[in-house]
Amino acid sequence: MTAIDEIEKRILAEVADIHKTPTGAYNIRYNGAAQSRNSTENIVISSKEDGTGIDIRIKDGTKNQSCCIPVVISKTGLKDVVTNDFYIGENCDIQIVAGCGIHNCGDQDSQHDGLHRFFVGRNSKVKYIEKHYGEADDGSKGGNIMNPVTEIYLDEGAYMEMESTQIKGIDSTNRVTKAEVKKGASLVVRERLLTNGDQVAESRIDADLIGENSSANIISRSVATDRSKSVFYSHIVGKAPCSGHSECDAIIMDDAKILALPGLDALDPDAALIHEAAIGKIAGEQLIKLETLGLSPEEAEAAIIDGFLK
Amino acid sequence: MLKLENIRYEVPDEKGSDKEILKNISLDIPDGKFVVITGPNGGGKSTLAKIIAGIYKPTDGRIFFEDRDITEAGITERANMGDSFAFQQPVRFKGIEVLDLIRLAVRNKELTAADACKYLSEVGLCARDYINREVDASLSGGELKRIEIATVLARQSRLSVFDEPEAGIDLWSFQNLIKVFEHIKELTNGTIIIISHQERILDIADEIIVIEKGEIAAKGAKDEILPKILGSDAAVSMCRIQKDAMPQSI
Repeated sequence: MTAIDEIEKRILAEVADIHKTPTGAYNIRYNGAAQSRNSTENIVISSKEDGTGIDIRIKDGTKNQSCCIPVVISKTGLKDVVTNDFYIGENCDIQIVAGCGIHNCGDQDSQHDGLHRFFVGRNSKVKYIEKHYGEADDGSKGGNIMNPVTEIYLDEGAYMEMESTQIKGIDSTNRVTKAEVKKGASLVVRERLLTNGDQVAESRIDADLIGENSSANIISRSVATDRSKSVFYSHIVGKAPCSGHSECDAIIMDDAKILALPGLDALDPDAALIHEAAIGKIAGEQLIKLETLGLSPEEAEAAIIDGFLK
Repeated sequence: MLKLENIRYEVPDEKGSDKEILKNISLDIPDGKFVVITGPNGGGKSTLAKIIAGIYKPTDGRIFFEDRDITEAGITERANMGDSFAFQQPVRFKGIEVLDLIRLAVRNKELTAADACKYLSEVGLCARDYINREVDASLSGGELKRIEIATVLARQSRLSVFDEPEAGIDLWSFQNLIKVFEHIKELTNGTIIIISHQERILDIADEIIVIEKGEIAAKGAKDEILPKILGSDAAVSMCRIQKDAMPQSI
């Protein structure tokens, strides 16, 4: 890794848990360009010919390996657009980490719009961890904007678990996740979102269950505080005998606004689809319980939110 | 150790006038005693427990904890002075795991899972099965109750108040729970107050206080009070509690 500065170091630790030069396959993108990269025998990372992003090709049977592709932006006014495609072979078992962090030091908006496409081969297992984080210098007025799009194509018998977290510092986000799930394949999406100040976050998850015995489990937890606004849509379409579950829980505080719209669309009589959605304030009895353990009301509130978004 | 002086507690009724829940309660609970407060339902027992914990503020009267006037002290302040409270209906938390809750109880984020497990074992739970479970609706009433008691035991407070530990649990869970209370003096270092009208809990008390219609109807040593209240609403067997709790349609 070259020319790493303190800001980059801190952001890499926040979004990808990277504290030194990573081992295995990685690609670090810094202010709109590849900064450092490493391929391994089984995981090959290459630039797209048209320069729009990278291709990550993972060989059949690759197991217990990971790939890390964090993005750091520390320039104010930069709009970074990237497309990354993951071609995952058959019978793999891998972990992919793809965080993005923005440090805005000026008065212009900084933006990262990333499209990630996952083509997951038969019977492969993928854990995908995506963390978004933003920070700003004192007094800077520029916003931190992230609009990630994730497309997931699961071949027969594949399994993918997507863990997406946005806890701090992103002023505006419009997340789109689309999945197509074939026979015997399973998708799990866990989304954690916290908005504060005047932040706005919108997340839309569409899962098409197209194969027999396919499944999707979408779990969203969000906390909206101050004057922020959080919107969540989920849409599970059952086109075959399948099972789908969507759960959306949200804690609303202060003058925040939350909209939750879980949608189910059964196009096959054997599609078993369920959704649950709940929005509410922190229960008074939860605060009282933690106060009886010696926590101040503020500490109790923070502990409840930390647990909820864990 | 705990002294209540002329505690009154009023709440507005449906017509908007004041309803007196507790009428002039005065108590002096000595250090290291195991006291059970009993009495018929609706008599004010749980209200009194919540007043001791600081959850409710008395309309009148003073509360002293180790000679310090704590009447105006909030829940957190009392907890940090050495007061613990186990809820009748344990609270559920989405995302907070049993280990997190015990760490919060002992105010030690670094507490190891092995150390936390000891507290769960004390309440008869197979610790490994529970330590990473969320304290949410996936746990049964009996499991939640025991975890609630574990959080109180973990604090090793000078005063521990348990509000109806038998409420809302099945007979099997109760049989296990009673074993915990039989050893409660060994598990805590201080004074214990249990709100209960279960005769097996009354039977292990040092002292019994009977509260009826918001007033103290009787108080004294267990051997003196228990024979007088056996068979009444103030001292019922678990079988009867179970029977009363059965839905009418069954």
